[in-house]
This record gives sequence, C-alpha cells and structure tokens, in this order.
Amino acid sequence: MEGSAAVEDRPGEHEALPIASFDDPHLQPYARDPKRAERLIAVLFVLGILGVIGYGAVFWQGGQTQLEGGFLGGGLFFIGFGLSAWGKYLLPQGPFVESRHPMSSPEPDREAMASAVVDRGKMVFRRRGFLGTLLGAGMGVFGIVATFPLIRSLGPKPGNALDTTNWKKGSRLVTMDGRPVSVHDLEVGGSLTVFPEGYTDSIRAEATDQTILVRAAASSIVTQPGRETWGPAGYLAYSKVCTHAGCPVGLYMEQTQQLLCPCHQSLFDVLDGAAPVFGPAPRPLPQLPLYVDAHGWLRAQAPYDQPVGPGFWERS
Amino acid sequence: MIEDALNWLDDRLGVSKGGRSFLDKIFPDHWSFLLGEIALYSFVVLIATGVFLTLYFVPSAKDVIYHGSYLPLRGQKVSEAYASTVHISFGVRSGLVIRQMHHWAADVFVGAIAVHMCRIFFTGAFRKPRELNWIVGVTLLTLAIMNGFLGYSLPDDLVSGAGLRIAYSILLSIPLVGSYLAFFLFGGKFPGNGSIIPRMFILHVLVLPAIIAALIGAHLFLLVRQKHTQFSGKGRTEHNVVGSPMYPTFMAKTTGFFFMVTGVLWALGGLVQINPIWLFGPYEPYKVSYAVQPDWYMGWLDGALRIMPSWEFVGFGHTIPLEVLLPAIVFPGLTFGIFYAWPFIEEKFTKDHAVHHILDRPRDRPKRTAVGAGALAFYFTLFAASSTDVLANFFQVSLNTVLWSFRFLVVIVPIVVALATYRICLDMAGVQGIGKRKRALVVTRSAEGEYATLPSAERPGDEHHELDPAPVPVRIEGLDSDPDSGTLDPLSAAPGIRRAPR
Ligand code: FES
Repeated sequence: MEGSAAVEDRPGEHEALPIASFDDPHLQPYARDPKRAERLIAVLFVLGILGVIGYGAVFWQGGQTQLEGGFLGGGLFFIGFGLSAWGKYLLPQGPFVESRHPMSSPEPDREAMASAVVDRGKMVFRRRGFLGTLLGAGMGVFGIVATFPLIRSLGPKPGNALDTTNWKKGSRLVTMDGRPVSVHDLEVGGSLTVFPEGYTDSIRAEATDQTILVRAAASSIVTQPGRETWGPAGYLAYSKVCTHAGCPVGLYMEQTQQLLCPCHQSLFDVLDGAAPVFGPAPRPLPQLPLYVDAHGWLRAQAPYDQPVGPGFWERS
Repeated sequence: MIEDALNWLDDRLGVSKGGRSFLDKIFPDHWSFLLGEIALYSFVVLIATGVFLTLYFVPSAKDVIYHGSYLPLRGQKVSEAYASTVHISFGVRSGLVIRQMHHWAADVFVGAIAVHMCRIFFTGAFRKPRELNWIVGVTLLTLAIMNGFLGYSLPDDLVSGAGLRIAYSILLSIPLVGSYLAFFLFGGKFPGNGSIIPRMFILHVLVLPAIIAALIGAHLFLLVRQKHTQFSGKGRTEHNVVGSPMYPTFMAKTTGFFFMVTGVLWALGGLVQINPIWLFGPYEPYKVSYAVQPDWYMGWLDGALRIMPSWEFVGFGHTIPLEVLLPAIVFPGLTFGIFYAWPFIEEKFTKDHAVHHILDRPRDRPKRTAVGAGALAFYFTLFAASSTDVLANFFQVSLNTVLWSFRFLVVIVPIVVALATYRICLDMAGVQGIGKRKRALVVTRSAEGEYATLPSAERPGDEHHELDPAPVPVRIEGLDSDPDSGTLDPLSAAPGIRRAPR
C-alpha cells in the first residue's frame, strides 16, 4: 500500500521507462553474420578450456614453468577473447545514450549548505574562541607527540656513526675469508677487497669498512702532500664506498689505472689519490694509510681521516 | 526467482533505482579507454599473486645457510628473505610462474597507469570537472612506483641491495634531517640492524596496497559520479554519454578483457624470465653487479643521477650533496608537483573555466600537445641516459662522449620534439578530413581520350550507417513471447529481422 502511494506522489515516472521492440536495430548484434561469430567464440572457448586443462595436467605431473605459462596463459586469454567477442559482436550494438546532469546543485541548495556550514560554525566558536584555541593546541600537541613513537623509536640517532669505520691504528688487512694480506700477495696491477681484521663476519661492518687494495708501480704514483708514506711498495688502499651514492667501486681497470663505479659510472684515478675524473661523484675516495709490519703483513697506519661514502649534512 | 531475490534486496536496501541506472551506465567505445582497465586488472593480479607470495616469503634479514633445491647456492650464507624467494622459484610448484607474473604485473601496472595518464593529458580529460580525479590518478602513479621499488627490494639480492644502498644515500642527502631519516628508517647505519626488510614488507603488502585500493575505489567512484568523457561524434554532446550499457555489453567485454590481461600476464610469468635473483646472488655490500638496470619506471631517476654534474656544496661546516639531492629528491618532487598542478596551470593560461565532457583531439590543442610531447621526450631521454654504459659499449665510444651527449640531448631533444609536434598539429588541423579512410579514386579515359577522376563505388561493407543513439530499454517487447523458439536467444529467431543495418 505504501508503495503505491509513493508512486501516486510522483505520477508518470514509470511511464517514462524506455521500452523497445525486439527488432529495434539497436538491439541487434553487431556482427554481420552472427552465426559465424557464434562459431568463432565457441572455438575460442574450447581452446581456452583445453589450455586450462593443460595447465592442470602439467601441474599434476610436477610442473614445468614454460608449459605452465603457455597453457594457463593461453587458456585464460582465449576464454577472455571469446567473452569479449561475445560482448562485441553478439550483444546489442547500440549506440545507447544516457543524459548527463550538471554536477552543481541548484542555487538554493548551495546557499543552504554554505550557510549551514558557516553559520553553525560561528555559533560554535563566536564567544568561545578561547576554547577553540585550546582545542587546536591539544590537537597540535597530540599531532607532534604522536610522531615520537612513530619515528623516534625506529632507529638510533646518527651520532658520529657516519664519521667512523672499524679501521684502527694497526688493523691488519684481511680478505673476506679472514686471511691476512702480506706484502707479497699482489703483483703490480692486481687488486683485492680487504677489511680490518676481526670484522669480516657482519654485513653491517662490511658495508662501511670495505676497502679496495691495489698495487701500482711505485714510480707512477702521484704522491699527495702529507701522504708520502701511505702507499708502501706501491700498495694503495681506498674506501670502496662510492662518494656518489655508496655503491661498491669495484671495477679496477689496470690499463688506465682507474676505478669504475658500476652504478653511475664515476671514475676515480688510482694513481692520483682516487680523485674523481668522470661522472657524478664529487669527492676522491678516502685513502687508508698503510704500512708493512715486521712480518710483512699490511696494516693500517691510522683510521680513515674523513667519513667514507656519500655526502650528508653533518659532514664538514 | 530472480525477481524475488531483487525485491528481497530492495525491500531492505532500496537498491532498485540506483541499481538500474548503474546497469544502464553508458561506456563510450574507444580503444584508449582500455588503458585504465589494464592498470585496474594488473592490480587485481598483483593482489592475487601477492597473497600467494606472502604464503612463502619470509621477510627477514637473518642469515641462514641455504639448503634448497638450487644446487649452485647450496651451503652459502644468505638471508632468509633471499632463501625464501629462491624457494618460491624452485621449491614451490608454479611458484616461479607466479613470482614472475607478480613482477610483470607490477611493470605493466605502472606502465598502464603512465600511458593512461598520457591519454587523459593529451585529450584534455583532466579539465573541469575532473581535476580531483586527475589528482587521485597522479597519487596512484606515485604510490605504484614506490610500491614497485619496495617489492623489488624485498628479495635482498645483489641487484636490489645496490638499489637500496642508493635509496639510503638519497635519504642521506636531504639537508638537516637526512641522516636522521636514513637511520630511523633502516635502524642504523646502512644496511641497518636488519629491520629494513620487515619494514618494507609491511609497507609493501599492507599499507601501500590498502591506500592504492582505497584510491582506486575513489577513482572509480568519481568516474561513475561524473560519468565518462567521450570523443565528439554522431549524437554526442556535452549533455549526454553515448556508447554501450554496463549490462550486458560492457560487462561481457570488460570481463573478457580481464581474462585476457590475466592470461597475458600469466604467460609472461611462465615464458619470459624476469629478475632471476638466483643468478644475481645474495646481497653482499662489497660485491659488484654489472650492467643490471632497475625496473623500467626507475630509469628516468637513474638517468638523472648519471648525467648530473658532480656539484657538492661544502661550507659553514656542512655538506649538501647536490649531485644526489637535485636529481633524486628535488627533480621528482618538481615532476610530481607539476603533474598535480597541471589542470590548474592550464586553466590559468587558457582562462577556460567551462565544464568539459567532450574530449579534445590532440591536434586541436597544439600547445598542450607540444608541451606533453616535449615532456615525454625529456623523460625518454633521461630513461635512455640510464644506460650510458651499455650505449658506450655498443657504439664503441668513450663514456665521456656518451655522458656529454646526454647532457646536451636532455635539453635539445625535448625542445625539438615540442616544436615539431606543434608544427605537425597545426598542419593536421589545416587538412580536411584527415584521419578518415579515403575511398580509392578511379581514373577513366573516355573514347575521345578525355581523362576523368571519379571516386570509386562503395564496396559492400564500406558503408557505415551509424544509428542515432537511443536510450537503453528497460523492457524488451517480444523477447519472451517468441512463439516457436521458446528461448531467449535472439540469434535463433528468424534471420530477417535480425540483420539490422549498421
Ligand atoms: S654510486 Fe658510484 S657513481 Fe653513483
């Protein structure tokens, strides 16, 4: 009963519903020859089903990546293609139309909305601006304090961690498997990645301490002032962390005596204090001063004299 | 039966009126409208395959000794994340297909969004009233790229580890707060205390997908609310939409298309290798990976990092690594800032505050098209610059030459492309009937030797009578009263009335 009353309130609404006769050209299939389209779709569906079954069979037999991909991929594709073709060729061709109404509401509605928002807002705040300020302060303080556990608990403060490595005065140079490096280990033109002794077990230490040791002909080295003793017997040790974005500068090119960073192709001149000669790296690789101890082992005279790796705000 | 069920629902939720108009919703037919659908369906595939992957992936940086079925790695110390990813590839049936499918789907997802966005841009679909949906779309692109990078980094292999190291250095380059950000996020100095992998994991599988899903919902809601745009054509105005109805035509086509997209992605997953992490090996900070590129959508940033000059600001006791900050933070920030602002920038320049539902043809808006083409050329050049080393090898020239060429090209190519595009647009706008199929001309010679050129007769099938658009009928008379067939299949009835002219 209620329903019919509602209809009476809006008379005529239902009469406007569009009705079409079955032979309306809009309702006819798009295909010129629906029978043919029907056959084609049937074939596609069959192919699809076979593909999916094929996948099931391959899986059952223990699986094989390429066959799995081909069977199920093809199967799904054919089923989808058939269904799309069904939609395109056999369903009503249209075109159909739908009218579009402007998004904006009639002027009175807009006015009513705007006044409601503004006026009620004024009612709340007019003589209670003080409370409003306090509420705002409360929210603000909460907003700031809420970030403490979110951000601050995540990790340690940097402190001076970025300035230091595990290299110490006297650290022996060892290879990845912990074997110390002696002065006889490299030919001229050879290179090796080394770490401070005792720090080859942790990936965290390796990431900062990694150092590339090369042996150059002693006569060809351009000695930097203050670094006269740093390269005994032609051994030069540089931080392997690129000063651009931190990739390992791993490619030692013997002919040109350059170190290449694989990430963005920065080139460093080994003989000239690893100064950058090409690419985006802004600074030379820091050099580790070496000496040869009484037993012929290579050791660090001192830690790196500057932070290794890319630049950061606190670096001076 | 079905009527009863619908009435039951309507009594409780009142769905009939809105539901019917939803079934009648008109989808304009144009191939370029499929691009957004590819993105949508790739996302569905990403969710489905992603759930599968979480059943096996272990988001942990803890060291284990690999004992799985891939022989070359046996006995090596690797992280649990890496070991479990190798296990998915070799120890789980169909695991490799699904893992690779996930990766392909991510690449296709970002690609489809980007191309879809080009479509929106070049046809002016972002104009009033659709600015909000443009903003949602740009946000989706940003999130898709970010989530792609996170997912790429999870397996903890040699290549993605290097990418992560670069990401850490990029964070580090931000003045004032950079080192704090990097330390908090990674839990210490790179590679941190092992917390970055679980953190990326929860972002990758929960936080970002949830936001992306919500925004896709908003994107589609706005689309339904504002209705589709359409190209101009017979019977199409600013006050209507012409095309196929949601039910049944569009639903059949789009469901079919969903299966096609899924099928192609599945086939890619099985047939085309992507990200073979077992060949890269586990991440070791001191090991080098050669000539491996990041996923394609990172290429423009990688290129920008490569061709940036080595400017580092040092002074007042501080360092600002501009060589990283500018290409990797400021530049993408500007890029997306301009993307967001574009509808408003254009409105400012054209002073066009009208509502638009009819799409522009790109050639009719030479300036916008030129700007867009120039921008595309710019990003493509940067993308190409991400393989300077490969190009240098290929052309047998020095890296130096390649680098400097790109520093010039990145300025020149966009300008040339923009100017050329502008010119071409103007020329095209001046030619009548351009883009329409032309009928062949027949040259005849009369008995007197006189030549004449005539358009050829229409071949059967060439004629194209477009019907005037009609409202979608609610009731179809004669469908169920067909006396002899007794079925609802329109094809089985007499052929005479079925063959409507098209
Ligand atoms: S990280 Fe070495 S060149 Fe960029």
